[in-house]
Amino acid sequence: MSDPIEELFRTESRRVLATLIRLLGDFDLAEEAMQEAFTTAVERWPTEGTPKNPRAWLVSTGRFKAIDQLRRRARFDASLAAVADRLGNGVTPPHELDDDSLEDDRLRLIFTCCHPALQPDAQIALTLREVCGLTTEEIARAFLTPAPTLAQRIVRAKAKIKAARIPYHIPSRAELPERLATVLHVIYLVFNEGYSASSGGSLTRLELSVEAIRLGRLLTELLPEPEAAGLLALMLLHESRRASRTTADGELVLLDDQDRSSWNRELIAEGVTLVERALRSRNFGPYTLQAAIAAVHAEAPSAADTDWAEIVGLYDVLRKADPSPVIELNRAAAVAMRDGPENGLVLIDGILARGELADYAVAHSTRAELCRRLGRTADAVDSYRRAHALTRQEAQRRFIDRKLGALLEAGDGTNHVPRH
Amino acid sequence: MRYLCLIYENEKAWESLPPSEAEAIMGEYFGFTEQIRGNGKFVAGEALQPTPTATTVRVRNGKISTTDGPFAETKEQLGGFYLIDAKDLNDAIQVASKIPSARVGSIEVRPVIDFSQEMEKREQEGAGASV
Repeated sequence: MSDPIEELFRTESRRVLATLIRLLGDFDLAEEAMQEAFTTAVERWPTEGTPKNPRAWLVSTGRFKAIDQLRRRARFDASLAAVADRLGNGVTPPHELDDDSLEDDRLRLIFTCCHPALQPDAQIALTLREVCGLTTEEIARAFLTPAPTLAQRIVRAKAKIKAARIPYHIPSRAELPERLATVLHVIYLVFNEGYSASSGGSLTRLELSVEAIRLGRLLTELLPEPEAAGLLALMLLHESRRASRTTADGELVLLDDQDRSSWNRELIAEGVTLVERALRSRNFGPYTLQAAIAAVHAEAPSAADTDWAEIVGLYDVLRKADPSPVIELNRAAAVAMRDGPENGLVLIDGILARGELADYAVAHSTRAELCRRLGRTADAVDSYRRAHALTRQEAQRRFIDRKLGALLEAGDGTNHVPRH
Repeated sequence: MRYLCLIYENEKAWESLPPSEAEAIMGEYFGFTEQIRGNGKFVAGEALQPTPTATTVRVRNGKISTTDGPFAETKEQLGGFYLIDAKDLNDAIQVASKIPSARVGSIEVRPVIDFSQEMEKREQEGAGASV
């Protein structure tokens, strides 16, 4: 492909595809039609010149190619002739439209790919494939899944969309909160998979986070919902710390110990603006609240100079909006910073006693850290060992090793382990 | 497009319900059926006798075998169904969510395969052969 068309493919192919799916009512047919439209562009534009409205040209060309294709196939399957006729008699032919008046169908595409009637794994795979344009192989690699498994997931999801007639619609006002929650969840899962890979050697898989942020931007652009802005803010604020979360050799650095001068101020400014806008709407949810917490951290000059009272307050609201033991754990860590480690420890021991987080490595490493600060070395060692046994992340394991090493060394120096 | 809404719930719980509550639920079912008849989505619907009345039939090597009871022991049993005509899956989900048992049991929504074109083709072929 020549460069301008390659560039156009990168920026426009998803939007062209989304519109072709609406016009043709079929994912696979639309995918083929989109490819053919770009192939035709490569053949013709260099000699005939680039059309005035390239997007509309591509949609129109793709649509005609699909109808042609159906007519050819109709020789073997008569029922397709009727489909081709119906598509041929569409409303305004897209080539009579200019690029700007052509509807942006990507929101329909997002909501369809994230339809709750599809399996959660399939929602993620389909969104990355159709909305982001990643190849099946790329998605499989990012999720450490065999490519045939992932391809199968996408094929099944598309088959269900067709057979069960999942509509290509933006949900109605009444359905929107629940449906938007699924979309936001899918985007956040993609982001997290890229930000803190749940298993394996590398802590960050940049491309997935980049795609998730791109999705977040697209969603906020197409749908003015405060929680969408809140999620985008949350991702940007996490992303702003990417460079400082690991050392050059891939070791984990906790928030308190990060070099704040390396935080990306541009991303922070954008994130903070989005959070403030979402909070002002008074119609926000858990993502906005988490983003607000991240914003307080982002604007603090150091861990000690952080407004911990504000953070605990935000966790109180978040706990009501979205009750979960992980949020309580984070709140306990904030209370430890506000009121001292012993107060945080009481809360964490309470959470662990309820059993919900007994297998959650971070709960034990957080407990270990508070014990260490209180000089309860033996308890700290115990909790770090529990965390070590539970974590599946290489970087996390090495981090705990270092902490344990430091504790045991200090313990050797004093020759006794204090007990309480 | 037609969807079959299969109603699953624990029939034991249904048996132990006080008569007044059972009656209230029946009332809700009649109301629901009236509503989907009114908006043209109702095609058919029936409630089933509980699973102890069920007989499972198989034919193997040309021999009929019948056994007592349902095919599998599960926590929830098929207790009835509605066949509905809905615009798309979202529409079908809206209807299914209003079936009273959705609140205690679960509704499986299955799209029905449309054989009308096949049937038409067969009829045409049949007609052609007879001429």
